[in-house]
Amino acid sequence: MTASALSELNDKRLVAVLKNVSLSYGKTQALDDLSLDIPAGIMAGIIGPDGVGKSSLFSLISGAHAIQHGTIEVLGGDMRKQQHRQSVCPRIAYMPQGLGKNLYHTLSVFENVDFFGRLFGHDRHEREQRISELLEATGLTAFADRPAGKLSGGMKQKLGLCCALIHDPDLLILDEPTTGVDPLSRRQFWSLINRIRSDNPGMSVLVATAYMEEAADFDWLVAMNQGKVLTTGTPQQILEHTSTSSLESAFIALLPEEQRQRHQPVVISSRDESAQDEFAIEADKLTRRFGHFTAVDQVSFRIPRGEIFGFLGSNGCGKTTTMKMLTGLLAASEGKARLFGKIIDPHDLSTRQRVGYMTQSFSLYGELTVKQNLDLHARLFKLPSHSIAARIDEMAKRFELEAVLDSLPDALPLGQRQRLSLAVAMIHGPEMLILDEPTSGVDPIARDVFWQIMVDLARQDGVTIFISTHFMNEAERCDRISLMHAGRVLVTDTPENLKKARNTASLEDAFVDYLQEEVRRTENLPMTDEGAKNSIKTNHKSDSSSRVPLTDFSLRRLYSYTRRETLELVRDPIRLTMAMLGTLLLMFVVGYGISLDVEDLKFAVLDADQSATSRDYTLNLSGSRYFIEQPALYSHAELEQRMQSGELSLAIEIPYGFGRDLARGRPVEIGAWIDGSMPTRGENIRGYVQGMHSHWLTMKSREILGSSVTAQPASIEARFRYNPDVKSLVAMVPAMIPLLLMLILSMLTALSVVREKELGSIVNLYVTPVSRLEFLLGKQLPYIALGMLNFVLLVLFAVFIFQVPLSGSFLTLTFAALLYVFCATSLGLLISAFTRSQIAALFGTALLTLIPAVQFSGMIDPVSSMQGLGRWIGEVYPATHFLTISRGVFSKGLSYSDLHSAFTALFIAVPVLMLIGVMLLKKQER
Amino acid sequence: MAISNILHLGVKELRSLLRDPVLMIFIVYAFSLSIYAAATAMIDSLNNAPIAIVDDDRSPLSMRIVDAFYPPYFLPPVLIDQHEIDGRMDMGIDTFALHIPSNFQRDLLAGHQPVIQLNIDATRMGQAFTGNNYVQSIVSGEIDAFVQRHRQESVTPVDLVLRAKFNPELNSQWFGAVMEVINNITMLSIILTGAALIREREHGTLEHLLVMPVTPFEIMASKVWAMALVVITATALSLWLVVQTWLAVPIQGSVWLFLLGTLFHLFATTSLGIFLGTVARSMPQFGILLVMILLPLQVLSGASTPRESMPDIIQSIMLLAPDTHFVILAQSILYRGAGFSEVWPQFLILLLLGGVLFGVSLSRFRKTIASMA
Repeated sequence: MTASALSELNDKRLVAVLKNVSLSYGKTQALDDLSLDIPAGIMAGIIGPDGVGKSSLFSLISGAHAIQHGTIEVLGGDMRKQQHRQSVCPRIAYMPQGLGKNLYHTLSVFENVDFFGRLFGHDRHEREQRISELLEATGLTAFADRPAGKLSGGMKQKLGLCCALIHDPDLLILDEPTTGVDPLSRRQFWSLINRIRSDNPGMSVLVATAYMEEAADFDWLVAMNQGKVLTTGTPQQILEHTSTSSLESAFIALLPEEQRQRHQPVVISSRDESAQDEFAIEADKLTRRFGHFTAVDQVSFRIPRGEIFGFLGSNGCGKTTTMKMLTGLLAASEGKARLFGKIIDPHDLSTRQRVGYMTQSFSLYGELTVKQNLDLHARLFKLPSHSIAARIDEMAKRFELEAVLDSLPDALPLGQRQRLSLAVAMIHGPEMLILDEPTSGVDPIARDVFWQIMVDLARQDGVTIFISTHFMNEAERCDRISLMHAGRVLVTDTPENLKKARNTASLEDAFVDYLQEEVRRTENLPMTDEGAKNSIKTNHKSDSSSRVPLTDFSLRRLYSYTRRETLELVRDPIRLTMAMLGTLLLMFVVGYGISLDVEDLKFAVLDADQSATSRDYTLNLSGSRYFIEQPALYSHAELEQRMQSGELSLAIEIPYGFGRDLARGRPVEIGAWIDGSMPTRGENIRGYVQGMHSHWLTMKSREILGSSVTAQPASIEARFRYNPDVKSLVAMVPAMIPLLLMLILSMLTALSVVREKELGSIVNLYVTPVSRLEFLLGKQLPYIALGMLNFVLLVLFAVFIFQVPLSGSFLTLTFAALLYVFCATSLGLLISAFTRSQIAALFGTALLTLIPAVQFSGMIDPVSSMQGLGRWIGEVYPATHFLTISRGVFSKGLSYSDLHSAFTALFIAVPVLMLIGVMLLKKQER
Repeated sequence: MAISNILHLGVKELRSLLRDPVLMIFIVYAFSLSIYAAATAMIDSLNNAPIAIVDDDRSPLSMRIVDAFYPPYFLPPVLIDQHEIDGRMDMGIDTFALHIPSNFQRDLLAGHQPVIQLNIDATRMGQAFTGNNYVQSIVSGEIDAFVQRHRQESVTPVDLVLRAKFNPELNSQWFGAVMEVINNITMLSIILTGAALIREREHGTLEHLLVMPVTPFEIMASKVWAMALVVITATALSLWLVVQTWLAVPIQGSVWLFLLGTLFHLFATTSLGIFLGTVARSMPQFGILLVMILLPLQVLSGASTPRESMPDIIQSIMLLAPDTHFVILAQSILYRGAGFSEVWPQFLILLLLGGVLFGVSLSRFRKTIASMA
């Protein structure tokens, strides 16, 4: 504890004041009437087991989550007030739990930091200078161009820190920043934080951590349990208060009696060495390459049955890849691996029954409750159904999940989720456990409980355990450990021997020593991020003047999201190409395929007469381009059956004696049956048949009565306007442009918000000064540019490939297209703003664009002829109006003034759609 | 292969769906209001067509012609002057403009064969064709009746008796309702399965399943049955409550046979959804693929315009689409009352298409997981 920090403490300057704060997610009570004063200018730590409400507390203080009950003052203002949140959020930096959760994985390291810099309104010069300083200080300079998704866990956390520090925060909130980070990176991370703090003594830092040894170095601690504060004070005070020697035991001492009883120190009995000759896992020169990159390089080890084998190494060194090869998820590029003496075969189900596997990231079903997840896996592993309930109870008790059995995993803190994953991996009592960092984010008590279970399993039941971890005290409990680095195993031995070999007191030191030696040896391969030399001065000028004053609407913040969205769009060339070429392809297929002239209809004749006249009548029909004659009909039953099967669209019945009666001038009747199952087609057939019938009659009467007889007293001259040849293409192609733009653009934007919700980066909207309008409009702009490009391509295609003349002004059409593209993208964003899952957004978009655009916007039938709900939808739907404009400009040569009512409709639609989108989007989590 | 795995994994899919209230609302909308709107928007193939008439004759005959146009086929005609025709048609106010020249009745009776001009907005293809037929027959009917009174000529020697089978009044509502159900069946089943697969990949749960004693076949089969169950339930309810009860559409054939056919169709479309899910590397890519598949399926399957009138090449390509066969099947059973003996080829083709898509997806399944970023 620094002297300055102590004096601050005495000053009682407070960074956050919480009074009677409660928070619940559904039935789960996360914070329970909690009151807390957090002093300013110090490093304050929050410790406590999983699920006590640490993350909830942070999300309230940072403003990410809306306050339910109680009052919270942060940096001297009420966090309930939107105005205050708006003004303090540039002074708060929040790094949520989970490795790189608020980072954008397709963006590079530099681009990520740059994105945040723009959000906080730095100008270009200042931004570039600060980014280079921060990257230099964190040792990320060499990786500036690497996509964030490809960084190791430790590097992701450093990048997250850079993003948090870019705007000179007065309050830095770090939620378990070192969880899942290897010891070397962890050391670097804390030395970085210390350097930042010594350069900026005014800054308050609030940290949650699961590492008690880290907490011991903090200035001031809050111990929490079950949504309440147990005690506060300096680490020294807490130790004195509980009269214990370590924080870990101090914390246990603070717990209520019944919780305390659960904790037992881990007892490791010695291993029976007799079964050494039987190997559970054998890896022989296992190698895996991804392109040119060798992730795992000739790894060999043999693990006897019943051994606890630890796998250690820096983040991204190939541990996970090795484990995936052992489970058969990944095929090895070279080398062999055997489980229980059998070569790994991904199709071999019996081996899988004997193995339990837990992945590094949470990979259970977020939509199923804890109990449903356990139940599903028990059944998949074919546990007898009568024993399932008992087994679930047993696992829930072992992993302390009883209280959350009916909760959804997404609502649980990381630690509890990890315990659930473990419970699932062990539900079928496997003979071997492959566990990839199973205890990351799990609190010390639960970790000990878990280790006791593993030790018991290994010693009593002979279960082989292959485990990777970053906790050194866990590594020391392993029978043997392997140190891995850059795809290669450096050394494999017992923890004791490793310490001896390096002559170090702790395993951690030995570990760091091995790694540093390896890094030095391969200096040309920059695998770690040593080299954090520069100091970080966050406050360049005096405290408040350096901060850009907040405006209600900032183009720079908007542009930050535009840039991000553009980069993501460009990084997925497949999607981009599909969107562009796809519309052209669709225009071709659909424009060519929709034919509104009904022709090639199949008909057959039931000719009871079989006279020359009756055959002449038939010939009259079959000779036209509309009808194709099918084999003749011989009975009414056949007529019935062939019409029923859909083979015939029309059946003609000519009665016996037709020719004779006609010649004698007796009235005769011809019967025509039309297939009415498709009404439009039916109407057309009716028209054709009537026309041809009267034509035939005219011909006949001329034959009989001589040409002097005029058949028709008057004639009707039909003029097909705008499309004199009555070509479907001329009518359809201008209509395809609105349809395709609507479908593609709304589908592109529909996922953009909901995807951030599903993947977690939406938190940036909650805690940065960006407004909802800036957020949506910023995301929209690249798609508008894409839409306009698409529009130009479609018009070129229509004019030059389909040869549909553009008779009006291209400028008018372009202007309308711009408005329309705004509408289409806004509609997608609107759907995205209120759906919760990507599936719902996809289905909603398809439902709300495809059907109205095809059916109600006048593509085939004009809106004026519709009625009811469909008419109403058609009237307000933007595609209707752009369709009017498109057809008007293409076919009728109309100008802006002729089309002003359609333009007005689009003018109104743009702000309305955007406004609804903004209203549906939440600026805080609720 | 274990039936129990397929069962339990499928139950898991159903539970996931229930957790998404927005999605459930969309599904209910798709099978209720959406059907209703589509069915009632166009009651007849020619409905409320806007027509304007320039009557320069002002004779009893021209009056008769004007009076002959009335709803539901046509909106009451608007009487305009000749110079207004162009402007109104440009604006799209009228689809038809009929011009009766001056002295029409006199010329007609004098046997001069006067000409009535009919202007048609041919960009509105749907109304243009049918409407032309209607206008022609209405006008010539009036003229014939008028002439007959004045000339006492013999009646037409051959009478054409036209009857529409299966839908005597050529009521579009019947057609629209069921075709809309079909469109939504396809849309929902493809999206649900494909997106469910991609979500499992994006969240890493698929990887988790593959280290358990579960085969890709079981994972796929569970999605197929669970999503098919959702869609078939929605379809049955929609047919019964919306189509038959609310819209009062008479259904000729066996609803059960149709539902059985729907199951066959769902096998094909859910397999198609899984196939697309293995092709797309991310949800945004899947979204674009979806548009590229759904639009042609909806527009070219024969559910909106007659199949036989499409270019041959399109007809052949669309034979590969399950929708085409399902539309044939649905029209045969529901409108024409066809039995299994008439529609078994469609059942067979759907089964084959589904089998091929399912098989291809199965062979791609493991490969795609490795390719996930």
